[in-house]
Amino acid sequence: MTYFPEEVVEHIFSFLPSHSDRNTVSLVCKVWFPKLRVLTVKGKPHFADFNLVPPDWGGYAAPWIEAAARGCVGLEELRMKRMVVSDEGLELLARSFPRFKALVLISCEGFSTEGLADIASHCKFLRELDLQENDVEDRGPRWLSCFPDSCTSLVSLNFACIKGEVDSASLERLVAKSPNLRSLRLNRAVSVDTLSKILMHTPNLEDLGTGNLTDEFQTESYLRLTNALEKCKMLKSLSGFWDASPVCVPFIYPLCHQLTGLNLSYTPTLDYSDLTRMISRCVKLQRLWVLDCISDKGLQVVASSCKDLQELRVFPSDFYVAGYSAVTEEGLVAISSGCPKLSSLLYFCHQMTNDALITIAKNCPNFIRFRLCILEPRKPDAMTNQPLDEGFGAIVRECKGLRRLSISGLLTDKVFMYIGKYAKHLEMLSIAFAGDSDDGMMHVLNGCKNLRKLEIRDSPFGDGALLGNVAKYETMRSLWMSSCNVTLKGCEILASKMPMLNVEIMNELDGSSEMEENPGDFSKVEKLYVYRTTAGARGDAPNFVKIL
Amino acid sequence: MEATVAYAKAEAENLMATELRLGLPGTADDDQTQTTKATTPPSTPRGKKRTTTFDAVEETTVAEEANNNKRDVEAAPPVAKAQVVGWPPVRSYRKSCFQQASSKQSKATKEEAATPASNTTTSTTAANGSFVKVSMDGAPYLRKVDLRMYKGYRELREALEAMFVSSNNGSANLSEFAVTYEDKDGDLMLVGDVPFEMFASTCKKLRIMKRSEATGLGSARQ
Repeated sequence: MTYFPEEVVEHIFSFLPSHSDRNTVSLVCKVWFPKLRVLTVKGKPHFADFNLVPPDWGGYAAPWIEAAARGCVGLEELRMKRMVVSDEGLELLARSFPRFKALVLISCEGFSTEGLADIASHCKFLRELDLQENDVEDRGPRWLSCFPDSCTSLVSLNFACIKGEVDSASLERLVAKSPNLRSLRLNRAVSVDTLSKILMHTPNLEDLGTGNLTDEFQTESYLRLTNALEKCKMLKSLSGFWDASPVCVPFIYPLCHQLTGLNLSYTPTLDYSDLTRMISRCVKLQRLWVLDCISDKGLQVVASSCKDLQELRVFPSDFYVAGYSAVTEEGLVAISSGCPKLSSLLYFCHQMTNDALITIAKNCPNFIRFRLCILEPRKPDAMTNQPLDEGFGAIVRECKGLRRLSISGLLTDKVFMYIGKYAKHLEMLSIAFAGDSDDGMMHVLNGCKNLRKLEIRDSPFGDGALLGNVAKYETMRSLWMSSCNVTLKGCEILASKMPMLNVEIMNELDGSSEMEENPGDFSKVEKLYVYRTTAGARGDAPNFVKIL
Repeated sequence: MEATVAYAKAEAENLMATELRLGLPGTADDDQTQTTKATTPPSTPRGKKRTTTFDAVEETTVAEEANNNKRDVEAAPPVAKAQVVGWPPVRSYRKSCFQQASSKQSKATKEEAATPASNTTTSTTAANGSFVKVSMDGAPYLRKVDLRMYKGYRELREALEAMFVSSNNGSANLSEFAVTYEDKDGDLMLVGDVPFEMFASTCKKLRIMKRSEATGLGSARQ
């Protein structure tokens, strides 16, 4: 690319119709890299969220930060997901980019509050510090006091995932001197009183994550909080509710009518009646995250109250596979019939039926994301004991815009036939404990033209499927297979046929090294991760990862 | 097709909990087991290496309480203790938040002895059916208590006094009231007649009523 004049390069790029492709190209274009303002990097595979990727696998942020510090000092925004970030990396970041404005870390780990102190101290124009669900080591509350008095530019501050105490006085001072604050998410340590005081300084707040709302309320606290909340006329989105006592619910009422987003999914202390009292007043709600203690009855209330609902997530309050959940297929059917705009769903439950799924598909043809997790692996239709092939088949047939799908329950190769046939816009598919044979996976690889990410666990797909359409992987971002039937031999063949792919295999370190002793054997590969590369094998892989 | 199954180390100790007992549900032994579980919450170690075994232990410990308590309330058959690694697909962050809730509750249990006014309704995850509503004549709103948190009637009474009497502008103490409950059959019963564990397993709702209204319930032992 450096051989051509810039005008020629730009002319070539103009043939790329997709915005995201042009963005991607700009990252590897040496001419454009120094002008980079926004960098987004994602590290570990999605299944790392569920501890399927061993620790120390990789995804280190340091090389990226170092390269940027050398090559593009105009960097203003860094967004990272599932990466390992160190305090040293954060310090380098803080000191290297004079115009740095926004740091977004999602599901990252490896850093502490000391790294945050460096960000606060040195990023003079910081607008956004957004920490979502990271594993942050707590080294004290000092970091919050590190924002200099001259820093008045904060628009978004989210430290909900910080586990430790914060200094209330520092927090109040920071908020008081940040007139542009639109989004503020506090952590569990922030008391009701502090929250009330803070809200007096944030009339333009649109998104609030509360601190704890425990039962140590006294009546005056309640009233102060309600008064403070009433001042936030722009507030549309509410989350937090850490350890919320049911007693706090009526004090949120004045806000309900204006809310478009509500996240109660970290609050097992509120039951069905508490939740429905609140949600029935949220007539403008578009996004709702709750726990399954809302129950089917509660979902019926949601269905009749929240006609604008677009996104629903129902999380399990009991992670036990054979336990109990108050939501079933009935709750979801009720939602589908009351909320026709529903386009994004994540639903954990203990049972489902084909009839319900068929009804849901007819009621809500606009699904873009449909993720259903039946907690017991391979559970059949609760009424008929049949596989759920027909139900999911209806979903992919009716929802022509479907881009993301997670399937569960008892499923045969037939469901994959439906997926390959109908899910033409599908980009991401998650499979667990499903299918009968290699045919299943082949249907997907051959049929889903827009597939980008395929992740499979505990399903009987082997070398035949892995090698059945190898060219497909060049069009995809990644393939994950764990506890399937692929063998070392099959992976070696894949690697030799497709040199532009990294074929990573991971076997658990259990003391034995069977794989080394019998190379080329038909020993099964525990975990396989395949992705495209322009740079060959990565140099930072730990010794349990073998790159073929 | 084989599922990947990981058995937690804690499972060996918990095999007893899966046994069907001949005794009444909610016997003293179970109470102790539950208390032990509640006071040893798994913490999220700093910068932890998330091994699958560890998470299986975490999942089992949280699930243990759920399973133990469900068994007390409904005589359900014991369920398999096997946990599937990385299943259900719930982020570690979410699981660790719920364990923080768990450890807060066990702190509340410890603090209860020292400060009767402390909050006893912070809950853990899981188990439906262990929280019961408490109403008091004249009070504007109801409360909820988790009967698993108390070892006996005296602790329960102290908690109720802390909840209702101190907020009731200090009007007397609980001796002016009769504490009654609605049992599984829907009957209104006086609290205190049967062993605490039996009461806890049959109690659906608590009602604190004025003694003058509690005629016909005989002399209360309160």
